[in-house]
Amino acid sequence: MKKRSTKLAVLIAVVALIAAACSSGGDEAASADFRIAIVAPSASNDLAFTQSIVDAANKLKADGIIGEVAVTDGTFVVDDAAVAIRDYASQGYDLVIAHGSQYGGSLQEIAPDFPDTSFAWGTSADTFGLPNVYSYEAASDQGGQVMGIMAAALSKTGKIGIVGPIEVGDAKLYVDGFKQGVLFYKPNADVTINYIDSFSDVALASEAAQSLIGAGADVLSGTAQMVVGAVGVAKSEGVLWFGTQANQTSLAPEIVVASQVYHWEVILEEMINNVKDGKLGGELYSITFANDGLVIEYNDGFDLPADVKELAENAIKSMKANG
Amino acid sequence: MSEIFTTAVLVAVVASAIRLAVPLLLAALGETFGQRSGVLNLGVDGIMLLGAFAGYYAVLKTGDVWLGLLSGAVVGFVLGLASAVIAVTLKAEQGISGIGVYLFGLGMSDLLFQKLVGTPIPIETFPPVRIPFLVDIPLIGDMFFRHSLVVYLAFAAIPLATFIINKTTFGMNIRAAGEYPEAADTLGVSISRVRYATEIIGGTLAGIAGAVLAISLGIFQQNLTNGAGFIAIALVYFGAWRPTGIMLGALLFGFVNALVLELKTLEIIPRDLSNLFAMAPALITILALVFVARRFQPPAALTKPFTRGK
Repeated sequence: MKKRSTKLAVLIAVVALIAAACSSGGDEAASADFRIAIVAPSASNDLAFTQSIVDAANKLKADGIIGEVAVTDGTFVVDDAAVAIRDYASQGYDLVIAHGSQYGGSLQEIAPDFPDTSFAWGTSADTFGLPNVYSYEAASDQGGQVMGIMAAALSKTGKIGIVGPIEVGDAKLYVDGFKQGVLFYKPNADVTINYIDSFSDVALASEAAQSLIGAGADVLSGTAQMVVGAVGVAKSEGVLWFGTQANQTSLAPEIVVASQVYHWEVILEEMINNVKDGKLGGELYSITFANDGLVIEYNDGFDLPADVKELAENAIKSMKANG
Repeated sequence: MSEIFTTAVLVAVVASAIRLAVPLLLAALGETFGQRSGVLNLGVDGIMLLGAFAGYYAVLKTGDVWLGLLSGAVVGFVLGLASAVIAVTLKAEQGISGIGVYLFGLGMSDLLFQKLVGTPIPIETFPPVRIPFLVDIPLIGDMFFRHSLVVYLAFAAIPLATFIINKTTFGMNIRAAGEYPEAADTLGVSISRVRYATEIIGGTLAGIAGAVLAISLGIFQQNLTNGAGFIAIALVYFGAWRPTGIMLGALLFGFVNALVLELKTLEIIPRDLSNLFAMAPALITILALVFVARRFQPPAALTKPFTRGK
């Protein structure tokens, strides 16, 4: 009797192990099968907006959470992006990400034609009431405030300049947050914002930086992919720079103080889990300090005074505590 | 408002206008040669992009800005030759084939950048050259005599181009090929040879313009020119196919852009109206084009392929 029960126990254990193995293998298979497509306006390695989402998706792939990442970048022309979005949906990708505020109108037309495909649109806070569209945004004003506080603390002239693209989306949030941060620390500071009305004109961004420096700014920041030219000007003029969207230290290790880096993978993973559970959209996601979607990466090569770093860390801590 | 009338602002705006004008000026000058001989090349922007990448990549690998400039020129030369084969020998419809060259340059420059470089890496830029004595002239010195050598060379190319077009046999042949190709042909001028030469000059200058842009900015990025090649083509019409007119157009375009930026920095332009003012350079160009179109005629044989005996 004892022998028989031992045999039964062993059998149950083996069956349980096989079942667990099959179950685990099944999850891996599901992850490996999950396919993401990204359509984005600038280059995948722009050290800014597009790179942030591509890096996030590649991280999820490296972690085995998804199986395939397809990217169509450089679609400054919205009609080109619309073709790519529709094409990916037709090919059966599980999640098609339209990474650009300007793609909203196209997505609103395309998503209803593919009710079984999940779409994500950012940066935006609108899902158009569609059950298969997620929207996502970055609370970039949070990082902007932290950067602004540091900028004000480091500025000797009290004049700080910001080069912006077009006054929309996370760019506007960042610029507004940065200004708030500066004025919070130094209410008398002179913050000048120069929106060049282009996401892609590197030469104009460069001249905007020159103009701000000419007006006395000794600390600059800026957002979007065209700022690479502005960083170059800041470097040649010896003016400090604060980056956002991706780590911009490599552009000018001498003058980049810190960068606010977007970690979209935090919310992408949630979206993917929802899609796997059959929920294809209808929710808004945001990356913040609290969910670790926003991270301040300091330039190790820049000698940032300890008290200034402490100011930044305290601000981050406070924002994390407040959600 | 009084801030705008300070000398510092004036110096900043003029110096910025000159910097912004130079790539446009070089590309437009090159296109002028082609159009004066009867060939329209809408692929200027694509050639500029490939010239920009070639210049950037050469500087990235060697640190030598002049080798970068030369690389842009070589790439421009090759693409100018290719454009000539398409437009002159194959007699393709010039507007469409030019768009093809543009799309090739746009895609190929990005592809090469992705494969050979990846993430934007800063490069050396042209060093500023202070012209002795002249740089010490109050106001004028800061505006005009603290630029890089390529800026001075670009402006020196204006009288040279005017001389070549108006005072040399080659220039006379260019004008004849653009206005009366049949008559010129009967006098023994090889229209094909002239048009090949002007397309190669145009391509080379467009390649140099792209390299100047990339090396001046110290960076390359996808679609770096942001349509500058098309503005250069518009400037050829703006300048009524004359180098001096083109220079004035390029400077006006640069000046309006620089002025708008400066007015934004000084917060004289309200942020709500920022978009409106951003259109100012384009609007002024269109208005000027309307004015020029009423007073000047393009070369009579522009865009018309030449076939002997037809």
